[in-house]
Amino acid sequence: MAVTTVSTVEEKPKYKVVGTRPIRHDGLEKVTGQARYSADINLPGMLHGKVLRSPHAHAVIKSIDTSRALALPGVEAVMTSADLPQPSGRVADLGEGAMMNPKFLSNNTLASGKALYKGHAVAAVAAVSQHVAEEALSLIDVEYEVLPPVLNALDAMKEGAPILHERLFTADNPFVRPGGLRDDADPEGGSNVASRFVFEMGDLEKGFAEADVVVEREFRTKAVHQGYIEPHSATAMWNRDGHVTIWCSSQGQFAMRDQSALILDIPLSQIKVIPLEIGGGFGGKTLVYLEPVAAWLSKKTGRPVKVSMSRQEVFEGTGPTSGSFMKVKMGATKDGRITATTASLIYEAGAFPGSPINPGVQCMFGPYDIANGRVEGYDVVINTQKTAAYRAPGAPAAAYAAESVIDELAEKLNIDPIDFRVRNVAKEGTRRLTGPVFPKIGHLETLEAAKNHPHWNAPLEGPNRGRGIAAGFWFNGSGPSSATASVSQDGTVILVEGSPDIGGTRAAVAMQMAEVLGIPAEDVHPSVGDTDSIGFTSTTGGSSVAFKTGWASYEAAQDIKGQMIERVAYIWDVSAEDVELTHGVFHHKSDPELRFTFKELAGLLLETGGPIVGRAAVNPEGVGSAIAVHIADVEVDPETGKTEVLRYTALQDVGKAVHPSYVEGQIQGGAVQGIGWALNEEYFFDEEGRMTNSSFLDYRMPTSLDLPMIDTVLVEVPNPGHPFGVRGVGEVPIVPPMAAIANAIKAATGVRMTNLPMSPGEVLKSLWDDEEGKNAG
Amino acid sequence: MPRVFIPTMLQPLTEGVQEVEFEAANVRQVVQGLEERFPGIGQWLVEDGRIKPNLAVAIDGETTSMGLLAKVGPDSEVHFIPAIAGGGE
Amino acid sequence: MSKKIHVQTNINGSDIDLLCESRQSLLEVLRDVLNMTGTKEGCNDGNCGACSVIVDGRLIDSCLMLGVEAEGKQITTIEGVAYTDGLHPIQQAFLENAALQCGICTPGFIVAAKALLEEEPEADEARIRHWLAGNLCRCTGYDKIVRAVLDAGKTMTAQSKSES
Repeated sequence: MAVTTVSTVEEKPKYKVVGTRPIRHDGLEKVTGQARYSADINLPGMLHGKVLRSPHAHAVIKSIDTSRALALPGVEAVMTSADLPQPSGRVADLGEGAMMNPKFLSNNTLASGKALYKGHAVAAVAAVSQHVAEEALSLIDVEYEVLPPVLNALDAMKEGAPILHERLFTADNPFVRPGGLRDDADPEGGSNVASRFVFEMGDLEKGFAEADVVVEREFRTKAVHQGYIEPHSATAMWNRDGHVTIWCSSQGQFAMRDQSALILDIPLSQIKVIPLEIGGGFGGKTLVYLEPVAAWLSKKTGRPVKVSMSRQEVFEGTGPTSGSFMKVKMGATKDGRITATTASLIYEAGAFPGSPINPGVQCMFGPYDIANGRVEGYDVVINTQKTAAYRAPGAPAAAYAAESVIDELAEKLNIDPIDFRVRNVAKEGTRRLTGPVFPKIGHLETLEAAKNHPHWNAPLEGPNRGRGIAAGFWFNGSGPSSATASVSQDGTVILVEGSPDIGGTRAAVAMQMAEVLGIPAEDVHPSVGDTDSIGFTSTTGGSSVAFKTGWASYEAAQDIKGQMIERVAYIWDVSAEDVELTHGVFHHKSDPELRFTFKELAGLLLETGGPIVGRAAVNPEGVGSAIAVHIADVEVDPETGKTEVLRYTALQDVGKAVHPSYVEGQIQGGAVQGIGWALNEEYFFDEEGRMTNSSFLDYRMPTSLDLPMIDTVLVEVPNPGHPFGVRGVGEVPIVPPMAAIANAIKAATGVRMTNLPMSPGEVLKSLWDDEEGKNAG
Repeated sequence: MPRVFIPTMLQPLTEGVQEVEFEAANVRQVVQGLEERFPGIGQWLVEDGRIKPNLAVAIDGETTSMGLLAKVGPDSEVHFIPAIAGGGE
Repeated sequence: MSKKIHVQTNINGSDIDLLCESRQSLLEVLRDVLNMTGTKEGCNDGNCGACSVIVDGRLIDSCLMLGVEAEGKQITTIEGVAYTDGLHPIQQAFLENAALQCGICTPGFIVAAKALLEEEPEADEARIRHWLAGNLCRCTGYDKIVRAVLDAGKTMTAQSKSES
């Protein structure tokens, strides 16, 4: 059974709604099949689009002849990148950093000049049915000049490696925008290294000299996909007045609008994006792929166009996260104090710059207080899918390396791995390797909860079994967010927010409003607004929604509360200062006869001055970082190399859990994605760079049969930066699992796994290598 | 006085100086103060009158969303670090 | 464009006539011809279970069956799981156990669980995990889904005892 221990760190405020487990507001639609996801939209006269994708990992597109496809009955339009305005991509043109270099974004949507990975979109058609559209793809004649591909970062960094972008220069300083292209006049050649940067603190030489034990290891991880079950789909209607409506599922309707406007080169005010339910994102639905294509095809045909991806297209045409090559060196004294560390991280960005190397580097040693350290990072382009964000982008691979080395140090020093971490724990005031000091974080509290947990203290018996532990750190994000709320005559509140709801955030946001107003969670009806009906709200990402949009909801509720108190004072002809709202009842501070329930007052609004609408637009600071500690028990079959997870416990500082069930769900889901990353998942490529496992059969994500129950422990160290103490919870649970399982495999077999995934083949190879090593030794 | 930290990769511009203290009430004044002490450093931090979009400013450990307008207290620590993009749940 | 074929079938208790192309899967017929979009496409090759339906009592992936094969069959989709006066115990259990996050896999899981629990309401955790291995969920880690199905099984067992 899942054990939920809430440890009281400070005296807890008493909440009526926050911390309870109501049934989510959008639940009924989702269990009955009524909820509308991106592919569920069907419009009168709608055409179906399909995208033609490059069969080559690296090729010059010499020509595209669409005439045969256009001649097929039922085909209404064909497009290529020649139909899109081409941004120059010069540094001066860059908008929002690497991820938003408009040229790269546009060229990833439809290849221009070169196809840079197998699966890169090259052309698109609109036809009367999906089947006709598919037939038409086979009639588009593309002449390619095939170039040698470069398929991993080490090869890409070699002298003489095939160059993906002739004008790409290495931004060897974090203060130059990464992903910049040289001016045409610049004679320098291109590089596959898009950026390189370093953080350094203290005195490394002195630090390593003080160490009694030094561990040095190299690690390799592979690209893994976010694996959302809903394939991408976008439907667009370009009206004759130049305004376009786009229906799609994404993590940010405003991001989809802004990126589409950039690619189509039209004012963003001409685009309305209607967010449909999103069938999983995990970071992978933050970039446009199909939206501008559907929009252009609609413009060309005058009809609504829906473009949907197949599962193969999702694997081959959308972002996985980076593969990596990492080196870590760390020293510690006999009494378990880390004295110095260095690390070098090379992340594969895929075809365009923008791997999560920066957060990887910054999170790597986040949980620890290390006085002397140096970390360098490289962002390297290769001929594979352009990577996209994936849950705590960059942090999981880095933590796998760091936490494996920490485990080895603890083992060599014969110190309990939790005690070792406690001796080096980062806490409020600890200076991070990247410079700033920590505000209040709950690493120590979470380690203590792990130390006291029955799982950690249970005996683990039987051959080939082992227990591992690892910690993980994630910054958490924030951003602009908007909410409006209207009080209905029946005493309910209609809340419109701007954050697409991936995993139950409507409930968490609505509950924060209900808490302020003293009404039941069920009396707030939340919905996610389109770009024309709610203020700008930044993307659902960075574990930000319960924090930032929860905050907007809290502020909008305060606005309603203030207006209702004014109204009560007006009705009673008293001063507003004498009116209070307590547990959903407005009452006069000194006259007990004067009281209105929230519902009673709501019913009087229209006749006492008109409706009341609350609003808030915020950009809150003070996110409060997240810490997770995971414990894994595994059994390794020495005959097959298969690792079975026997027991798993995930502990996390959650600040304040608004809806504990969905906090547990985030933790369980993140842990299981991490278990998949640890044990099975990887992109396989053949020598020509073709992905060879682009189906759910061959890209093996965990099934119900592969897992035990995932126990969770919610440690609540309230975030002082939020009215209810909320911290983001969604991302950090994917950070510790790979190291926790690697450390458990080490305990079970004596072998330290330094490559992901730790698939049966990889484990067997390591066991045999170890055996040979022992025999040789 | 606020303490302003020079990022590792800009320390060549400061001849190895890692940290400076001077009067400043907001990030704009911090950048101006740095530019006075280390001419040329400002262009690495500010572009088109704004903090570069791939940079974040952390004041007392918390990233600010206010850019050059962010207030700096008399005992504040100011850091310039690469911005982090999140991935969502 | 290919010629359409007339199919007579029964979906969620209603006899219906439809026209479909011979190349269209049952999933396409449900979603594109009948606009019954509760059944989801996750992979279109039988590996994710998002399109689960029950055909003549048997759980299948509707992407792997042709629409024309629906002739004369009894089909249950997610739209036919709830009762006219309320939710099915499995649906209720999913809500109460927070067994869904994004919800895209939920219709498939509920249909798959219905196929199991109608035959074996007392299925234990191991049986449930084995039965649901054909349905992928990326959000929940399955913990709360398995608990919801266990809970629903208890409710259904109690209901069948009270009815008998």
